[in-house]
Amino acid sequence: MAAPKKAAASAAQDKTNRSSPPEFTREQELKALRDMLLIRRFEEKAGQLYGMGAIGGFCHLYIGQEAVVVGMQMALKEGDQVITGYRDHGHMLATGMEANGVMAELTGRRGGYSKGKGGSMHMFSKEKHFYGGHGIVGAQVSLGTGLAFANHYRGNDNVSVAYFGDGAANQGQVYESFNMAELWKLPVVYVIENNRYAMGTAVSRASAQQDFSKRGASFNIPGKQVDGMDVRAVKAAGEEAVAWCRAGKGPYILEMQTYRYRGHSMSDPAKYRTREEVEKVRHDQDPIEQVRTRLLAAKVSEADLKAIDAEVRDIVNASADFAQHDPEPDAAELWTDVYR
Amino acid sequence: MPIQVLMPALSPTMEKGNLAKWLKKEGEPIKSGDVIAEIETDKATMEVEATDEGTLGKILIPEGTADVAVNTPIATILADGESAADLAKAPAPARQEKAAESAPPAAAKAEAPQPKAAPAPQAVAEPDPEVPAGTEMVTQTIREALRDAMAEEMRRDADVFVMGEEVAEYQGAYKVTQGLLQEFGARRVIDTPITEHGFAGVGVGAAMAGLKPIVEFMTFNFAMQAIDQIINSAAKTLYMSGGQMGCSIVFRGPNGAAARVAAQHSQDYSSWYSHVPGLKVVAPYSAADAKGLLKAAIRDPNPVIFLENEVLYGHSGPVPKLADYVIPIGKARIVRSGSHVTIISWSNGMTYALKAADELAKDGIEAEVIDLRTLRPMDTETIINSVKKTGRAVTVEEGWAQSGVGAEIAARIMENAFDYLDAPVARVSGKDVPMPYASNLEKLALPSAAEVVEAAKAVCYR
Repeated sequence: MAAPKKAAASAAQDKTNRSSPPEFTREQELKALRDMLLIRRFEEKAGQLYGMGAIGGFCHLYIGQEAVVVGMQMALKEGDQVITGYRDHGHMLATGMEANGVMAELTGRRGGYSKGKGGSMHMFSKEKHFYGGHGIVGAQVSLGTGLAFANHYRGNDNVSVAYFGDGAANQGQVYESFNMAELWKLPVVYVIENNRYAMGTAVSRASAQQDFSKRGASFNIPGKQVDGMDVRAVKAAGEEAVAWCRAGKGPYILEMQTYRYRGHSMSDPAKYRTREEVEKVRHDQDPIEQVRTRLLAAKVSEADLKAIDAEVRDIVNASADFAQHDPEPDAAELWTDVYR
Repeated sequence: MPIQVLMPALSPTMEKGNLAKWLKKEGEPIKSGDVIAEIETDKATMEVEATDEGTLGKILIPEGTADVAVNTPIATILADGESAADLAKAPAPARQEKAAESAPPAAAKAEAPQPKAAPAPQAVAEPDPEVPAGTEMVTQTIREALRDAMAEEMRRDADVFVMGEEVAEYQGAYKVTQGLLQEFGARRVIDTPITEHGFAGVGVGAAMAGLKPIVEFMTFNFAMQAIDQIINSAAKTLYMSGGQMGCSIVFRGPNGAAARVAAQHSQDYSSWYSHVPGLKVVAPYSAADAKGLLKAAIRDPNPVIFLENEVLYGHSGPVPKLADYVIPIGKARIVRSGSHVTIISWSNGMTYALKAADELAKDGIEAEVIDLRTLRPMDTETIINSVKKTGRAVTVEEGWAQSGVGAEIAARIMENAFDYLDAPVARVSGKDVPMPYASNLEKLALPSAAEVVEAAKAVCYR
């Protein structure tokens, strides 16, 4: 295994230190662009609906981090499981869950993935192997380790991917899980999405060890820092980690250096960082712009790209329409699904 | 058609805010994601980002305007190819009515007790299985009965496994898992590190993936480290997933007071878990019930909290020698019939209850003793039928009285049999202190048969 790279102060500064990742084929570039655009447009629409009062409670947007889930998903095979925390809309769309069902859950309607009983942070799809959507920070790390335990117990070759943030990385149960995963050689990839802020607290104010790829060092879990704004780098690192797990070598940690453009939740006043910082990442590193630029350089026409954008907008607009017109759950639903 | 930009809400409770600043001018091109304005409330400032592309057509609310209502159109965006002439076509936005606004006014609610929107479904408990006449009864300790239950279910279903601290090579801290490693091997009998929060979560995750874990806590005192995973993950996921993803898992281990181990190792968690919808809570007293109910718990598709008792592990009782003795969860057992007073308890509380019933009989008071066996779902029917007969009730528990299971039983009796009561329900419970270490103080802190006798006599006005 390669030694983890030296910690970089930020995703932005770290860019030049990296060898460039393997090129994508045109089909891969187009797929990555389309999947990332779908998440971005979906999240923009969700933010808009939240502002209109159609979505209640908390609403944590994934804008800026799209390359992480899209790149990782490209490294997985059918049967691999995904689990994450509360910022989960992007993960669901990446696993192929329908925009209609996700948006209708956000508006609390009966056509939502949880029949309107879970909301933004709590959705699941057995069919797509998506195990939530968890509102308790760090809980998904133990649960995701349990998914890997089940794979190991059954002797199949599925890998579980447990996503969590730089904030969750300081929870105790994360390390309890690391210990068991390495002890029992469980096939789990821990993807730490380091977006540099745990709600309003910068990594430097909360973390004694800011190189999250080293967080498994005392358990002998290999780790790697990845440019989480470059979907090609994410996919390449994901493939390496997943291969490690499938080979029965135990868990693997990937620190995805990424950035969230929006606030922690919709009600975030964003006083903890400057607008210039956000603008700089957006301008220099936007994951979608990177792909778009490469495609244009490869002589894909602006019209073709617009067509992708239009297709994605249609899906998102249709989901918003569905989510606002689908009826609320029947009152009898109050009492169902407590026990089976 | 031009698109209207509406005054957004920073939170679901925000009704109005100030339009602090416009960052784009009329006629400027706009891309999706561009910050076009800033709004503020007394709590926070937020940027308004465009979600559509085009040109900023017209600013409808000038900057510096205070108290702009949420959802008021603040600007229009012209799509490619549209001009200012199209502005008139902008549709009036459909205002989202907040749920709070459409709720009936508080005064209407206060008029009379409202019937529930829909009644909570009542669990219908099945009776115990028939034990055919002539069935051999084997005398077993509760420890052995529990071990046999696990072994039988592990033979029956390859998805069942046991994990916990010292369950395998050590053969169980209280020897409940004795012999399981030898029969089933290390793949299915798994020693964990001392890491309750972590292994509870691993167990729940494995259950979400379809396995049927039996998670042993060395004692339920240590499950406090894991209670987040038990409640937030195991109990709630079926509901939060709209019925898609459940969790068939048993959390078991000794609960309640042991002997001389002081406050951190002697607490009854019955009421804690029985509070939570989504969990089933079982607390047996007899060896036969321990076996039959643990088998039912392992087969149950829901998370089950199985509360054992260290003091009872060595107690013996007859267990029917049947190939598959499964007792349905949710049904209380009338252990002793009587007509003067109903005594209701479970687990080790039954020790005091039964001793007290013997004492009371000497004084001519015939107590009906109910072993609840399951705390959730609670068998209200058996309790109520008995109280309708006796008109008097005493609850017995080792846990604290406040918000205890006895309090819940008393409330159900009041709700369902108020007119039948000849005396207020009496509660006998652990004293309202952390468990002391000294032998004499420990005895004082726990309930006793004498206290049960006293309470029963009091409700009988004797």
